[in-house]
Amino acid sequence: MSAQKVVITLDKVVKEFPDPADKGKTKAALHEITAKVRTGVITGLVGPDGAGKTTMIRLMGGLLEATKGTVRVLDMDPIKDSSGLRQAIGYMPQKFGLYEDLSVQENLNLYADLRGVLGKEREESFGRLLEFTSLQRFTDRRAGRLSGGMKQKLGLACALLGQPKVLLLDEPGVGVDPISRRELWKMVEDLAKSGLAVLWSTAYLDEAELCDEVLLLNEGKLLFDGSPKELTGRVKERCMHIRNIEGNRRQLLTRALNRPEVMDGVIQGRNVRILLKEGAKKPDLAELEAGPKAELASVTPHFEDGFIDILGGGPGGHSVLAEQLEALPLDGAVVIEAEHLTKKFGDFTATDDVTFKVTRGEIFGLLGPNGAGKSTTFKMMCGLLTPTSGTAKVTGYDLKRSASKARQQLGYMAQKFSLYSTLSVRQNLNFFSGVYGLYGAKQKKTVEEMIDVFGLKPFLEAAPDTLPLGYRQRLALACAVMHEPAILFLDEPTSGVDPVTRREFWTHINGIVEKGVTVMVTTHFMDEAEYCDRIGLVSQGQLIATGTPDDLKEMAATKENEDPTMEDAFISLVQQHAEKTKGAAKAKE
Amino acid sequence: MEKEKLKPESEKTLRERFGAGFLRRLWALSYKESLQTLRDPSSILVAFILPVLLIFIFGFAINLDSTRIRMGLVMEDMGPEAQRFAASLQGSPYLSIVRGTRKEMEQAVMEEKVRGFIVIMHDFSRKLDRPGEMAAMQVITDGTEPNIAVFVENYSRGAWQTWLGQRALARGEKMPPDIQLEPRYWFNPAAESRNYIIPGSITIIMTVVGALFTSLVVAREWERGTMEALLATPVTRTELLLSKLLPYYVLGISSLLLCVAVATFILKVPFRGSIPMLLVVSTFFLFSALGLGLLLSTLLRNQFNAAQAALNAGFLPAMMLSGFIYEISSMPHLLQYITCLLPARYFVTSIQTLFQAGDIHRLLWRDVFFLMLSSAFFIGLTAYHTKRRLDD
Repeated sequence: MSAQKVVITLDKVVKEFPDPADKGKTKAALHEITAKVRTGVITGLVGPDGAGKTTMIRLMGGLLEATKGTVRVLDMDPIKDSSGLRQAIGYMPQKFGLYEDLSVQENLNLYADLRGVLGKEREESFGRLLEFTSLQRFTDRRAGRLSGGMKQKLGLACALLGQPKVLLLDEPGVGVDPISRRELWKMVEDLAKSGLAVLWSTAYLDEAELCDEVLLLNEGKLLFDGSPKELTGRVKERCMHIRNIEGNRRQLLTRALNRPEVMDGVIQGRNVRILLKEGAKKPDLAELEAGPKAELASVTPHFEDGFIDILGGGPGGHSVLAEQLEALPLDGAVVIEAEHLTKKFGDFTATDDVTFKVTRGEIFGLLGPNGAGKSTTFKMMCGLLTPTSGTAKVTGYDLKRSASKARQQLGYMAQKFSLYSTLSVRQNLNFFSGVYGLYGAKQKKTVEEMIDVFGLKPFLEAAPDTLPLGYRQRLALACAVMHEPAILFLDEPTSGVDPVTRREFWTHINGIVEKGVTVMVTTHFMDEAEYCDRIGLVSQGQLIATGTPDDLKEMAATKENEDPTMEDAFISLVQQHAEKTKGAAKAKE
Repeated sequence: MEKEKLKPESEKTLRERFGAGFLRRLWALSYKESLQTLRDPSSILVAFILPVLLIFIFGFAINLDSTRIRMGLVMEDMGPEAQRFAASLQGSPYLSIVRGTRKEMEQAVMEEKVRGFIVIMHDFSRKLDRPGEMAAMQVITDGTEPNIAVFVENYSRGAWQTWLGQRALARGEKMPPDIQLEPRYWFNPAAESRNYIIPGSITIIMTVVGALFTSLVVAREWERGTMEALLATPVTRTELLLSKLLPYYVLGISSLLLCVAVATFILKVPFRGSIPMLLVVSTFFLFSALGLGLLLSTLLRNQFNAAQAALNAGFLPAMMLSGFIYEISSMPHLLQYITCLLPARYFVTSIQTLFQAGDIHRLLWRDVFFLMLSSAFFIGLTAYHTKRRLDD
């Protein structure tokens, strides 16, 4: 590895934008950021949505001009020397920046022409990049028909044309399943080793942990600059598992979070993971009513613990929302039932003979790579798609026959923000409560309760899309639960949300579940999968494994990796299944 | 050596920018744009199917000649002269006559069963026979449709004049001393309105096609996020703008030639001008239509809004104010001045001239001059608003 060189420097950089909520005024997206990016390593630009990551990358790429301070990239001013700089950087925007109606090769040709990669160099680059990204077989395929992971690889290939010295990647991991993410990461790692400076922005904190250096942004401020180990070092010895819990772990988590010495806590499979405040003593397990066999064990801290520590702790374990709900009897009834569910689109079988049951008060997670069919399955279960064969039942109602009755029983929170941006927050609440059949005094009371519970009072007259992300999330949840559904469907509910808001969200979900509501959720976050009571793992349209998070981890345990993480389990189970089907197909031949 | 490559404004980059690199990038972008357009079935629909459809609609449905207008006839005088006049009315190719009483006819006008009626007064024959007295005939028309009312009046008057003339001839009398009008329609001898409606409609079609296409293309790049990726490459503003104009110019001109071919070969509208002149005029008109669409797309950055705006800003004024249907000189003065700002106005006159009169250079070059101005205006304004960064 060549000696590390600083190629990007930011000195007290401020970037202001006109404030959409307050005309004539500006709002700072970045506050006096001073940072460096070196060659030969992957620098992670880490932070939740709206933290200012994209703004910072655009400043470096010469797409935005800093309000104050200086930005230097490769000893150039990104604005004044823009033409020179553009030859020397590879930039991959957050949205897929390639043409979906052009083929892989046509996209490469376009970018090679634009970047002046010609002649012998051109053919060599194409060969090298196609091999590097394993896209050789797909050169004639339209980019729009590639999977999420392949799209990102193509984006990376186009950004790498012309052999840039600096690679700016804006959230390349979004919408990419863990397997593709690992592949992409491996590719970028090789590039960094070859001497490139790589900036990889991400909202996933587990990605941050893999970076050599990290710039941690939150609300436009740089909270941390250094190696991830340094950050996790701060919370060393403060991360604990409560193991061998007897009784309800969700209630235990709530009790733990209410203790003064506990800063943060999450559920991890059958254990509860807590972060202690600095210098605090260990909590008394008897007081927490964790059961006689319960024990505390130190665990390796993660980047997220460090982040929460810097932010000053999580949101606490109390859900005001759950308090408002009437408890449903935990009768062990099966409330969601899929029987031989199959959905075909033409020749393509998106969901193939899927069968599962979910009982009342359970959190059931659907996990799977992109395009595995989890969205299709999910949509059939909440009545948005009609199955080709098989049945989907919710609280005993067949969604094919009595869809409206079934829908009254369920609340749905879509992956995309699906509230009306031309209506105010209050109007949205009124509209959705009306749609679900609330009226008169009851409607009024419910809307007021929601405003109270989610702290929406200051935003009532605002348009939903001007709200901070966390509040948008709350509003969407409020709209989905106002009619007190027995079942809640959440489609990737926390994509891009910061960890604190995510914890708050899960506090509500945990509270709701304790009241007997059943939750079905799809997610890309492995730590969210840990909150689930049971998980269904979907791959190639089939349900390849079901069980508790710990069951799945055990299934994936090997001699080399005795205690696999959720992500390890996910990857190895999906790969095992892929090999099995390949083997079966070969045997057929 | 590497340092040299990175030097921001070294000679190499300058040469790259304005020399071979310019053409290469422009070609790459235009090629991409063409592929995208050709792969989108709706663009073929807009460029080729829609124009032909519109030209047929304009050619057949909008017909300003009124043939066989339904008229009522009330005979209050049953004398032989009155009968003869009635017979001549019924023989007219422009009128379709229904007889009835005054009461019935009033009802029929009310129900729009006839456009008006002629009353032959009770003393018609008597007065006609006495020299020095005027015979009276009453024409009542439906004033809610002034255009038709005027037709009714003129046709009735014409029929009356013809009949009087023939009557005099038959009796061996001299014609009453009246001035004989013998109109001759230049350029369009049969005064067929189709001959000017169809060339005029080509203006409307080109406005819609030109503005609609380009209104989508910049907004599409912003919506799909591809603009951001493009901005991070060495592409210049000029290249970006030209690559959005040239492919659609080629498409627009092909669409125009198709329209002209359909008009002349299928609808048999005579074309008396020359193809080179047609191309010159159309080129500058097309550039202003494309420029308008591109400007809206650049400003609005939203395909739906831009397309809506392009239809309203392109189609409506071209239809109402270009002189295609409504005569400009009979508009209020303020509107007349406003029409001077419309590229469509100049194209309507020049294409009608090309079809019906031929290459009238003085007139055409004046129009070309104004079309050049408007192209420069729209494209210039678009260039001004084309951003090379996300925040400037």
